[in-house]
Amino acid sequence: MNTKMTRRTFLKAAGGFAAAAALPVGLVEVARGQKPGDKFTFAYISDSHITQIKGSEFVRNFDNGLKKAVLEVNFMDPQPDFVVFGGDLAQLGKKEEFEHGLEMMKDLTVPVKWVTGEHDYYLDLGKYWQEKMAPLYYSFNHKGVHFVVLNSILTDDDWMYKRWPTPEERMLQMARLDNPDGSPFMVKGEQRAWLKKDLEKIGAQTPLIVLSHSPLYKIFKPWNFWTDDAEQVQTILKPFKNVTVLHGHVHQVLYNQIGNIAFKAFMATAWPWPYPLTYSQLPNMMPVITVPMNRADPFKERDGTGWGYIQYNGGLSYTHELWENSPRVVKKDPKMNRPGDTQYQSPAKRIPPQKHY
Amino acid sequence: MPPIPVPQDNPQSPEKIDLGKRLFEDKRFSADGTVSCATCHDPGKAFADGLPTAEGIRKLRGTRNSPTVANAAYYEIQFWDGRKPSLEEQAKDPFLNPIEHGLTSHAPIIQTIQKDTSYPGQFRTVFGVEPKDITIDHVVKAIASFERTLVFGDSPFDRYLYGGDKTAISESAIRGLEIYRTKGRCQDCHTIGQTNATFTDNKFHNVGVGFKRIQPKVMQIANAFRRAKQEGKDIDKAVLGDQEVSELGRFVVTLRPSDIGGFKTPTLRNIAVTAPYMHDGSLQTLEEVIELYDKGGEGNPFLDSGIRPLNLTAQEKADLLALMNSLTSPQFSNIIPLKKKE
Repeated sequence: MNTKMTRRTFLKAAGGFAAAAALPVGLVEVARGQKPGDKFTFAYISDSHITQIKGSEFVRNFDNGLKKAVLEVNFMDPQPDFVVFGGDLAQLGKKEEFEHGLEMMKDLTVPVKWVTGEHDYYLDLGKYWQEKMAPLYYSFNHKGVHFVVLNSILTDDDWMYKRWPTPEERMLQMARLDNPDGSPFMVKGEQRAWLKKDLEKIGAQTPLIVLSHSPLYKIFKPWNFWTDDAEQVQTILKPFKNVTVLHGHVHQVLYNQIGNIAFKAFMATAWPWPYPLTYSQLPNMMPVITVPMNRADPFKERDGTGWGYIQYNGGLSYTHELWENSPRVVKKDPKMNRPGDTQYQSPAKRIPPQKHY
Repeated sequence: MPPIPVPQDNPQSPEKIDLGKRLFEDKRFSADGTVSCATCHDPGKAFADGLPTAEGIRKLRGTRNSPTVANAAYYEIQFWDGRKPSLEEQAKDPFLNPIEHGLTSHAPIIQTIQKDTSYPGQFRTVFGVEPKDITIDHVVKAIASFERTLVFGDSPFDRYLYGGDKTAISESAIRGLEIYRTKGRCQDCHTIGQTNATFTDNKFHNVGVGFKRIQPKVMQIANAFRRAKQEGKDIDKAVLGDQEVSELGRFVVTLRPSDIGGFKTPTLRNIAVTAPYMHDGSLQTLEEVIELYDKGGEGNPFLDSGIRPLNLTAQEKADLLALMNSLTSPQFSNIIPLKKKE
């Protein structure tokens, strides 16, 4: 690193310029977006898993992922209207991890819509989150689209409040994959009742985007690629003509369509997860329409990670900024009436896996 | 060496190659009659120029190191930032760059060819065209055909690894090859294959060289370029005429922030005789290049995620250097490498 200008000061300098440089085009976008249903863009950063080693020492690789995403969102021209943070800012929900993550996030030149993840939640059950980031669930309207943020990573009261001797132990248990003592994610009754009431305010034709951390459908329970009361949530969303659920948690390219609802996951900035398909001992419900991403090359620590942005123009188009790879764009395939990769959806157009090592 | 990729619409022929060589060396295709392709891609300097950055008409200096044309036919994409897809398309640009050949259009080239005593006959033989029908596309096809003959392998390294001659390179270079493939992390980009080696992955990487020139205002520079490009600004002129735009690297083609400061992995063949190094020619010796990679490149927010500190020992660095010195083809072995400055 250049000693005269540290990364931090550089990011600040660069951030300042972004605001200045992007201003004219940004204003044009706002002016055009005055009437409802007009087009707009927002970015999506997720699963940074900022991990404290000890004291002021953090896992460098994960820091670099979040910093890179923030820097690249700031480079967007025109600027997005806002950034959704898809959850799991911290690894073990520690105050130090939140503070360190927020220090990087505050370089963003646009506002943040926060979605909480289980790694943010199970130490203090959302106390820090609600004080410094956002409520655990809320809704807002943006240019004719109704957005709902859900806390989809709740679980049984017994598990949350009684099972574990300390909050630290509870957090560690929830952070484990393939955990026989784990417990599945849920939205739970109170929030479902709130959701129902919130949606009473809008018409069935209003475009609806639901932001959750876990997928609001069921893929693979041992890794919590799963929301246990997903069907009940889907039923509440059923009357709406244009529903999309955007989520994090799975750290991979993933999309699905169930009835009227399109589902789309975004990358982590920290590391990629494998697909449940690769764990052949147990059945999974991996969506068949998803064209999987390639295996990450461990030589390049940013391979398999990235961020994305969503363009709303009546329909939604999702662009994955896949580091060390070409971008992938997924949008609604009008013939199939479901999301599809604009380049690789047809099996003939896919890049075959490497067979020679 | 792998077989040379030849595009279907430009097959090789001996007459075309001869014509291409003549065009490559013809200085009349420049604003003041002083510059040919061979000026910066000098056969006597392993088809490079030995200068940090290219020198065109009236001693005007460009922003980038002239890459050797030796083995350039193996690149899947041309120029340091990959702004052209083929040797043919690449060859069109330097003629029109104000600090290279300095012409304002390709027309004077065609006129010179038409008026020449022997070019019209050569073009008729090669392409079956009459003088009035000669275009720049014929010219660059011939040049590219000539460049496809500039294939230089058969280095001591090739004889060792692919020729079965276990004594072709020194013990130090043999150790260097092991480091190259493991701790040195060279292999992932400068690819050595099972049966042949081009020493490139044909990808673009930010190793931080030259980035400090733009670091304080990189976003301003990037956004200004983005607008200029949208308004139709010529990339070739912007890149070679403006040091700051030059340092944006691959970004000028893709406009992706993650491509800022990314430059194509150059081949390592004949590396010992094609100093100075890096896209801006800022490193004089291979020792300096090895030091750069050993420290993990020049830190910057866009640094390639495969670049990291290596902690090589002095012996390991010397072994890598010995390997680099074994990559020179016999045709260039008379060229004296630059020595490290004391």
